[in-house]
Amino acid sequence: MRTIDLDTSSVRELNAGLHGAGAAPEEWQVLHPHGKHALAVGLEAAHKVSIDGHAGYYCGGMNKEADITVKGQCGKGLGENIMSGTIRVEGNAAEAVGASGHGGLIVIEGDASSRCGISMKGVDIVVKGSVGHMSGFMAQAGNLVVCGDADDDLGDSIYEARIYVRGKTGALGADCVEKEMTPEHVTALNQILKRAGMAYGAAAFRRYGSARKLYNFDIDNAENY
Amino acid sequence: MCGIVGLFLKNPELDNSLGHLLTPMLVEMTERGPDSAGFAVYGPQPPQARLKYTLSGADGACDWPSLAADLEQLLETEVEYFVRANHAVFILPAQEAQLREFIAAHHPDLHITAIGSQLEIYKDTGLPAGVAARFGLDGMIGSHAIGHTRMATESGISGKHSHPFCSGRDFSLVHNGSLSNHNGVRDKLRHEGVTFDSDNDTEVAARYIAHRLGRGRSLNDALQDALMELDGFYTFAIGSADGFAVLRDSIAAKPAVLAETGDWVAMASEYRALAALPGIEQARIWEPKPATVYSWSHERMARAA
Repeated sequence: MRTIDLDTSSVRELNAGLHGAGAAPEEWQVLHPHGKHALAVGLEAAHKVSIDGHAGYYCGGMNKEADITVKGQCGKGLGENIMSGTIRVEGNAAEAVGASGHGGLIVIEGDASSRCGISMKGVDIVVKGSVGHMSGFMAQAGNLVVCGDADDDLGDSIYEARIYVRGKTGALGADCVEKEMTPEHVTALNQILKRAGMAYGAAAFRRYGSARKLYNFDIDNAENY
Repeated sequence: MCGIVGLFLKNPELDNSLGHLLTPMLVEMTERGPDSAGFAVYGPQPPQARLKYTLSGADGACDWPSLAADLEQLLETEVEYFVRANHAVFILPAQEAQLREFIAAHHPDLHITAIGSQLEIYKDTGLPAGVAARFGLDGMIGSHAIGHTRMATESGISGKHSHPFCSGRDFSLVHNGSLSNHNGVRDKLRHEGVTFDSDNDTEVAARYIAHRLGRGRSLNDALQDALMELDGFYTFAIGSADGFAVLRDSIAAKPAVLAETGDWVAMASEYRALAALPGIEQARIWEPKPATVYSWSHERMARAA
């Protein structure tokens, strides 16, 4: 295992080391992160990275293949544009978790703040706690699973992503509606919950998605644009 | 961009360390605001119901002793003051209107950064570490403080344009964000007799809230009014004689993080500004919700105890 202490090394040294580590999986431990930004971004191999403390903005951005764990809280834009691999946060995450993420899995063991899964394009996001307002905003594909509650404007302007909420929801966002849980959705959700290591069963969740009324320009809605 | 920080001490044993704890918070926000910095410190009250008037000399070359002599003549009383870099804090009777008029007429180069029984405000251009060192923030004592690092986007770079803004006795405000309707709100306030020191958008927010407080609204109600009246992106940190409040607009796109322990409450634009606080490992850390007033006051805490 390689250890980098951010009290004595720079974030640039950490990321350069991770990028230069080659394709063979390695284990990395990051000490004293102190909320610094852009930790472990742009990884392209199946390394296992443990960040032992709180991370700042854009942690694990653009991740491919790597398995990143943050043993603390996380600032905004966690796993932005993630392509594959797994990012797990043991505490809370700030806004815009998995923004525009294309694939992979993000697990938040605490709460996530506003705009969780904004514009997600295929990533699966599982939040053990609750999510803030405007989560799933313009979400296009993938699954946003909330084991707690979701604040107001959930799924505003959503496309074809699926949102599952186990607790309460505030007011739903524009064009977001509750939808039927078919056996296909129960099976798919159970698989995601299992991958995320959550003990909940899919039966306790409700599903939300797009009413598909904002897809095309409608002259009757002109005043709303 | 800008960075804001705030620290409210619950445990009075920490009062002697207020400036020492705030300095690294402010310095950590340098990348968010490298052009100017400032801080509002709520410190010891002067005796005899006097107020502290913090004055800033524009070019740092103010003749404080002769100003003190002028004030002694005007007020017919002994005047005490102390100097910190290009600022001086005068301990004077609460004849606020008379003093404002006198300074405007005879010392137009001076800028009153703060008036209050506890409040002092120091602000200037330059990197936060330099500004903090110049004014000796590290050694300042008090019960709570807010601070700001500025990256100007809407008005000039000068001490006058820097945060915090004091718009009423012991009332101060810092802002991370930008207001889009500040010209209109400023015009309305001017019609109602409010005067401004600068064309800065944040000063409009500070004066608007103080104006509402002056109309008898509680701080909580005045902040609810601000949510209706002020358009833009903002996280505000607000200081008053007894307390500290945080407010984000209803979209809440500007960052804010709060942390609380049994000893203190702290807020910052980013977590890293809080990382050096004692006991942060055990603190409750959360992101404030949009359009929600968060406030703490010493009086309320004493009542609850």
